[in-house]
Amino acid sequence: MPDTEAPEAAAKLVCRSVWKFFGPDAERLGKAADAGTLRSDQLAGATAVAAVRDVSLSIREGECFVIMGLSGSGKSTLVRCMSRLVEPSAGEILFDGENLLAASDRRMIEIRRRHMGMVFQNFALLPHLTVLGNVAFPLEVQGVARARREARAMEMIGLVGLSGREHFFPRELSGGQQQRVGIARSLAVEPDLWFLDEPFSALDPLIRREMQDEFMRLQSVLKKTIVFITHDFDEAIRLGDRIAIMKDGAVVQVGTPEEIVLAPATDYVSEFTRNVTRAKVVKVAALSSPADGTTGGDTVGEVSDRATIAEAAPLFGQAGTRLLVKDRDGSIVGVLERERVSAMMMQG
Amino acid sequence: MAALGPAQTARTGWPGAPSLGLLVWCVALVVFALLWAYAGTLAPWAQEWPRAWTPRVAATISTFMRWLVDEASFGLFTFIEFTRFLSAMVEAPYRFVLSILSTGFLSGQGSQAVQIAPPVSWAGVIGVFVIAAHAAGGRKLALLAVVCLGFILLFGQWASAMVTLASIVVAVPIGAVGGLLLGIAAVRWRGFERAISPVLDLMQTIPIFAYLVPILFLFGFGPVAAILATIIYAMPPMTRIAIVALRGVAPEIRDLGRMTGCTRRQMTWRVMVPAAMPGLMVGVNQVIMLSLNMVIIASMIGAGGLGFDVLSALRRLDFGAGLEAGVAIVALAVLLDRTSQAFARRTVQRAHADGAGILARHPHLAAGTAVLVASFLAGLVAPPLARWPQAWELSTGTFWSELVRWINVNFFDELEAVKNALLLNVLIPFKRFLLGLPWLGVALLGGVAGWALSGFRLAALVVVLSTLIAVSGLWDQAMTTIYLCGISVVFALMIGVPIGVWSADRPAVWRVVQGVIDTLQTLPSFVYLMPVVMLFRVGDFTAMIAIVAYALAPAIRYTAHGLQQVDPRLIEAGRAAGCTPFQLLVKIRLKLALPEIMLGVNQTIMLALSMLVITALVGTRDLGQEVYIALTKADTGRGIVAGLAVAFIAIIADRLISAGAARARARLGLSAEGGGR
Repeated sequence: MPDTEAPEAAAKLVCRSVWKFFGPDAERLGKAADAGTLRSDQLAGATAVAAVRDVSLSIREGECFVIMGLSGSGKSTLVRCMSRLVEPSAGEILFDGENLLAASDRRMIEIRRRHMGMVFQNFALLPHLTVLGNVAFPLEVQGVARARREARAMEMIGLVGLSGREHFFPRELSGGQQQRVGIARSLAVEPDLWFLDEPFSALDPLIRREMQDEFMRLQSVLKKTIVFITHDFDEAIRLGDRIAIMKDGAVVQVGTPEEIVLAPATDYVSEFTRNVTRAKVVKVAALSSPADGTTGGDTVGEVSDRATIAEAAPLFGQAGTRLLVKDRDGSIVGVLERERVSAMMMQG
Repeated sequence: MAALGPAQTARTGWPGAPSLGLLVWCVALVVFALLWAYAGTLAPWAQEWPRAWTPRVAATISTFMRWLVDEASFGLFTFIEFTRFLSAMVEAPYRFVLSILSTGFLSGQGSQAVQIAPPVSWAGVIGVFVIAAHAAGGRKLALLAVVCLGFILLFGQWASAMVTLASIVVAVPIGAVGGLLLGIAAVRWRGFERAISPVLDLMQTIPIFAYLVPILFLFGFGPVAAILATIIYAMPPMTRIAIVALRGVAPEIRDLGRMTGCTRRQMTWRVMVPAAMPGLMVGVNQVIMLSLNMVIIASMIGAGGLGFDVLSALRRLDFGAGLEAGVAIVALAVLLDRTSQAFARRTVQRAHADGAGILARHPHLAAGTAVLVASFLAGLVAPPLARWPQAWELSTGTFWSELVRWINVNFFDELEAVKNALLLNVLIPFKRFLLGLPWLGVALLGGVAGWALSGFRLAALVVVLSTLIAVSGLWDQAMTTIYLCGISVVFALMIGVPIGVWSADRPAVWRVVQGVIDTLQTLPSFVYLMPVVMLFRVGDFTAMIAIVAYALAPAIRYTAHGLQQVDPRLIEAGRAAGCTPFQLLVKIRLKLALPEIMLGVNQTIMLALSMLVITALVGTRDLGQEVYIALTKADTGRGIVAGLAVAFIAIIADRLISAGAARARARLGLSAEGGGR
């Protein structure tokens, strides 16, 4: 599915027709896919499994791009293709315009050291190192002097709120704390591109919520380009600027949480959106009507066009019927009618 | 892969068609019977491989070895220079450690040697061990160290024990690091793993004696050759464990290493090896235990110490002295085993330390240094603290020797009657029967069994290996081996399985039994031989008793484990259905424990085979004897051929039983893969 709305110049990472096959036929199928001669009957008869099928995506600078799919949908393989932890069978991966698949091993090491960070589902902390050692590890690998790397690591440990525990071993920490270490470690090198592979899936629901808040706080400070993998649709719409939904290795829909909730592309997607409270996802901009210049007596206030409907609703008060909608610059771009809000809230 | 075996036939299920398996078995049995009856007259080559057709493998290997030693050269240096280099590499650290522990640092040669610095005194060694044990496992382990080393000291084994300890201190790091490096190479290069994997298989099944011969030939007689043999013996399991441990590192950790941009070297030493450390420590523990296993055998090619004491006691048939030296080996083994395990656990569960200053952070290191200095100074002032006075030593040796003598005097007739009855009614008829079988028929039946249990690959393996044994001209010795081993395994199972069943669900009994079999397994195998030889003199019967005693442990252990692992819900279901305890045992627990018990049978056979070579010392006429003769004559070729024959028997038994166990597991649904592969 080509992602036409983003001009590729602004894109941080672009996947073009990426395929990944596993199994004995993998190489032959990969060649066919690259040459564009892969036919569906060829796929059906092959002994190889296509874990990623013809995925084209472009991830923009500074956005949080969530890849959501159930287990076995190929999302973890896809994210590993993006950093070439898994070698894609066919396609192109462009990172800042550079084709990663053509990069030498040495260049890949360089890119991973300087420009990428990754957080893992089961934390992947090294058991023999303390919190400080784990966080400083990526810098140690690069050969950064001890004093400098430990200073930087302490800063990161402070950022994730673990100051005072830097000499603990991972085993001595709770799951949530361990993942904070994982996050601090992945940020130690100041990556341009931040991969999070189901970072909160191994945590208890309460801790997960807390970590999501923490993550949003971090992102509001850091403004990284993020690829976030999850199997939890609620987490996806909560955290994502844009979401790609995967099924059987292919991307079935890409869009903002709003677009996906309001216009699911397939039945499969609507299975996920069915139970979502629309008012919490849909933004004011989507429901507002053009401003007609009148500021009638029943206009009771103003609202940002980026607020959700659920956030806007209390502003109406007991009797108000319309709110003025303002954009980022503060100019009035439309009005929000009470009936449309209550209609949406009624739908749940 | 494997073509249709009955396992698959059963699955595809041709209703009505005669079972292919049954048909094949019938044909094979008929052919076997025909061969048995007529081969002797019609086709003598099928009864016994003609001596004239036997290729001169042994002689060729011997010639090759002689060529290696006398002439081989790599251009820059000769082969013998290479082996000398290797021994120098081992000798230097060994001399150094030996000086510290036993001889002290000497200057000058032979009797004119002057001691420059004394060795660490017994007080110092015990002190350091106790502190290390305390650091690793707390007060309990420290107490164990006192008891073990105290025993060695009190019973006058100290000097020998330090010689043994010195060779272990040298052999273990080399073996562990070597195994780790091989493991890393195997994980990195698939091709390398494919190349060493059969070698590892062979190394673990070939009797130790067989490679003592070439080592003796290449490195001469002495402690260095013994240490090299120990390293070679202990390295394959370490390699195996290292491969498993490195493979077992979580894929996420591997991804982490790559994402942080580790180079290959960083990946290995900063990520993989530390992350695999808990598993690797198990391997180090194995290396320690195997090195101690080798202590006595290594003394045959020149290692001194406790092993030599046991060996010479065996030659003198001085049971008491042998037992004490043997128990001293056990004490050393228990101490090193527990301490290394505790250290392994500690590296896994290390907690953070906040204190500052070297003394505060390393209290044990500081205490150890203090004890060394103190013991050195104390030794200068009070000589008994440096060298335990002989007058203070104890010995119970005469008591044990007297006990055996007393049994011999008072029960000679009874013992003799038991021995003769078993020999005449069981052992000899069975031996005659096996020796009368035509080799072609045996190979054929083995092949059919392999086919039935697994498929054509196993069948081919069994037929090829048994044919090779026949061709080597060692068929009769091989059959004697199978007879002794087989009958011992049957006895071991007859005794072991009931004990296992009896103790499995009685925790109190199990604890006692476990303690006993643990000791039996650490006790050097030679120690079993002595009292048996003294009671029954040399011969097959003596060998059998020693083998049964040695191979009993796995039979008990695996039976009990298998029974204990049965899903309690199934037992509950059985009880709910109204099973009597006996029905419960026979219909549910034993059936489900069968695969585990079969593994026990497998282990029993492997241990019996390894013990068999040792019983060659008491005059059996099997492959073990062949290897032993080769060792005494330093006849490399003969030793290797006979050793390979033992390994082939072990491989055949192992593969057949493993295939059987896999099938049983698959039938019970205990594992995903089918038995047909």
